[in-house]
Amino acid sequence: MAVEVRIPTILRTYTGGAKAVSASGSSLRELIDDLEAQHAGLRDRLVDDKGLRRFVNVYLNDEDVRFLGGLDTPVSDGDAVTILPAVAGGSRA
Amino acid sequence: MIVLAKDVYDAMVAHARRDHPDEACGVVAGPEGSDRAERFVAMVNAARSPTFYEFDSGDLLRLYRDMDDRGEVPVVIYHSHTATEAYPSRTDISYASEPEAHYVLVSTADPLVESVRSFRIVDGVVTEEEVHVVPTLDPKTP
Repeated sequence: MAVEVRIPTILRTYTGGAKAVSASGSSLRELIDDLEAQHAGLRDRLVDDKGLRRFVNVYLNDEDVRFLGGLDTPVSDGDAVTILPAVAGGSRA
Repeated sequence: MIVLAKDVYDAMVAHARRDHPDEACGVVAGPEGSDRAERFVAMVNAARSPTFYEFDSGDLLRLYRDMDDRGEVPVVIYHSHTATEAYPSRTDISYASEPEAHYVLVSTADPLVESVRSFRIVDGVVTEEEVHVVPTLDPKTP
């Protein structure tokens, strides 16, 4: 099975510059483990000890996975996953 | 240096003033590799806060897909500070995730004086740059 994962500019250092990579897994958690096996260091940018990092958005097809099952979101062959860092900031410390 | 057409500059300031005292935010998109801030896109601040901004995650996906379809990148990412200076905060620096963007800050702390400054934020390092406002962007060479 294969899922296309679109990689944002800031994470392309882990994929040798690739804007999109292929990975497999039946859940987002497994998919991220597979991404880590192929591109070491990538998982730590997506996941912390509480789960998906707060300011990294991961989408399965058109939906933010926070509204699906988070790391337990089922993933199927032919799905597309998009990773976009949050665009955020502000004057607060 | 960031070159901004006057209508884009005015649109950013107007957006900041309109959303004051909440922070306003958005992008100015342009063709990948061109460094031309051509297309102004005001975004909703999902945080609706006087001290924090965040693009709604669904809006963010639609924006990036749209830019991708048009062959664009976010040349400028702008937001406002409503009570402090137009300088990147520690929060701004830690969340800056587009190394090639120009981060434009608008301060609305003073209702009579506009303050618009621009910065590169790369690997946690802030470098201020000149803001150059022009009547229109130069036409592209064919």
